[in-house]
Amino acid sequence: MTNSIGDIEEADCIFITGSNTTSSHPIIADRVYRAKENGARVIVADPRRIHIARLADVHVQQKLGTDVALLNGIMHVILEQGWQDQEFIDQRCEGFESLRDTVKQYSPSVVEGITGVPAGDIERVAELYARANAASILYCMGITQHTTGVDNVKSLANLAMLTGNIGRPGTGLNPLRGQNNVQGACDMGGLPNVFSGYQQVSNPEANSKFASAWQAELSDKPGLPIPDMLAGLEDKSVQGLYVLGENPVMSDPDSDHVSHALQQARFVVVQDIFLTETAQMAHVVLPGVSFAEKDGTFTNTERRVMRVRKAVEPVGDSRQDWEIIQDLSNRLGYSMSYSSPEEIMQEIAQLTPSYGGITYQRLEGDGLQWPCPDTGHPGTKILHQERFARGLGLFHGVEHQAPAESVDQEYPYWLTTGRIYTHYHTGTMTHNSPTLEREAPEGWMEIHPDDARKLGLRTGDRVRVASRRGSVEAAAYVTEDISPGTVFMTFHYVESNANVLTNPATDPIARIPEYKVCAVSLEKAA
Amino acid sequence: MEYSSVLTTCTYCGCGCNFYLENLDGRLTGTIPCKTSPVNQGRLCIKGWNAHEFVQSDQRLTSPLIRKEGRLVPVSWEEALDYTASELAAIRSEHGPDSLAFLTSAKVTNEENFLLQKFARAAAGTNNIDHCARL
Ligand code: SF4
Repeated sequence: MTNSIGDIEEADCIFITGSNTTSSHPIIADRVYRAKENGARVIVADPRRIHIARLADVHVQQKLGTDVALLNGIMHVILEQGWQDQEFIDQRCEGFESLRDTVKQYSPSVVEGITGVPAGDIERVAELYARANAASILYCMGITQHTTGVDNVKSLANLAMLTGNIGRPGTGLNPLRGQNNVQGACDMGGLPNVFSGYQQVSNPEANSKFASAWQAELSDKPGLPIPDMLAGLEDKSVQGLYVLGENPVMSDPDSDHVSHALQQARFVVVQDIFLTETAQMAHVVLPGVSFAEKDGTFTNTERRVMRVRKAVEPVGDSRQDWEIIQDLSNRLGYSMSYSSPEEIMQEIAQLTPSYGGITYQRLEGDGLQWPCPDTGHPGTKILHQERFARGLGLFHGVEHQAPAESVDQEYPYWLTTGRIYTHYHTGTMTHNSPTLEREAPEGWMEIHPDDARKLGLRTGDRVRVASRRGSVEAAAYVTEDISPGTVFMTFHYVESNANVLTNPATDPIARIPEYKVCAVSLEKAA
Repeated sequence: MEYSSVLTTCTYCGCGCNFYLENLDGRLTGTIPCKTSPVNQGRLCIKGWNAHEFVQSDQRLTSPLIRKEGRLVPVSWEEALDYTASELAAIRSEHGPDSLAFLTSAKVTNEENFLLQKFARAAAGTNNIDHCARL
């Protein structure tokens, strides 16, 4: 998030897109409710009538995969009406002409044709967002999990910059991170091309800094992202896979393909707390510990680094995850001798400018929001206040592109996927929590009454859902919350895992798979 | 009876709510939302209220396992770590460091993420490290 969670209450207008906020980020949804009570206007753009859409001043249901067109349409109206913040554009940004030329072609009526959103609604959204004093954008995986994910995010950035809604309280471009420590995993260099703090492995200065701190020779060639690792397993260029706390067999698109790739591996190690679907395929399983049994830190979606503290002794013979890694490293001949997670944090602070001022002692209380470059720095609530990280904010003219897969005669329905309230990700933890499991023990598929009628389906009936990659069975749930022609499923359940169906086609830059759109056929099951 | 409550951060979503984990005689019995937390201000969602439940589930892994004759069987830590290290070393020496790949996790701590990427880059010698953030 460029801004902070508490800051959402300062907004006069909140534009929520691709985020089922109530379900995936309930505590953030609370802030939206409070802002609404204080008079803020709420706009929701989502193909489903999600819970938060019920309190929206405007809810538009764009067709799957048409976000760029919708946003271009909104910006078209803003420019036509002269609602842009010209001073902000002139002083803080560059590339405005390219944006202006691109959105010129996206008149509300053209955009209505692409997105299915009435032209009048597009105008209303533009007015509410652009004329607010402070407008905030909240988005989540409904924006990023597309082959056009990066384009979608660029378009949202265009909209925020165009109206000067960045760098002030109540504004901002605010991605809501799904898993608890996605932010931290990225910050810490859990990515193929960067060390911690987004320092490029191919940058000679960064590379030699880490090489000398770590007393090791380091490759300057960016590594493989997940889809390429899987391809590598299949063509044998990758032989060994080490998996820490992930369950790619369930979470990655086209599950059957992932299992197949893992079967090709010569050696798979899984370090986890449960015998996940992925662990069942491993050669070695190393039992780590849960959050309640360890010390450390998580970084939340507003960049706040907070302490995790050990509250109970680890179960059985399970072992601290950092100790497992350290023991293996020593056996591989690379010496590590940390005595605690706190000592690891000292090294993080030393090598990572944005975490430079973070110490366990300073995290007591509210934690600290990075960038926090030194121990005198109070942390940063709002990014880009004076300038952008790169200097001037760059506008990108972005054209609409259709999703990688389209409906046809054989696969006539659109499928989109997401989470539900009581479960989390692949369910490794929530299915083992009796209270949560009781709430929703089984997965279902949401379908519009018109479609249900055609297929002779009622709520509770079994339905077979097939895509070009595989098929699963689920119970139908008939609801007007979804548009005709589209169905919705979750990926929390082994028996009805939507990721057997989803398309592994990825965004060319971010390599995020297109979970949110694929084509399926439906058939009532016996 | 021994009771303690320890302030920590929720493991489920990116909001990062703070709560106290309650420990009664070595068993986790509940969570209490932290009222002074700038994030959740004393509130929690249903996942946070029940975040203690899976921790001591009888489904937890309690011992290292190695596949022998097709089945995963319990072994000692010595054996599991020796075997893992020797397999990783063998693959590296036969096919080079880039024949190894690492998946780190959006669920583990910053310190553990940092350490695994250091392990991949400095000990194993490859930048093949990624995680499921995109998911
Ligand atoms: S309590 Fe709920 S909203 Fe808060 S971090 Fe946990 S899962 Fe997220």
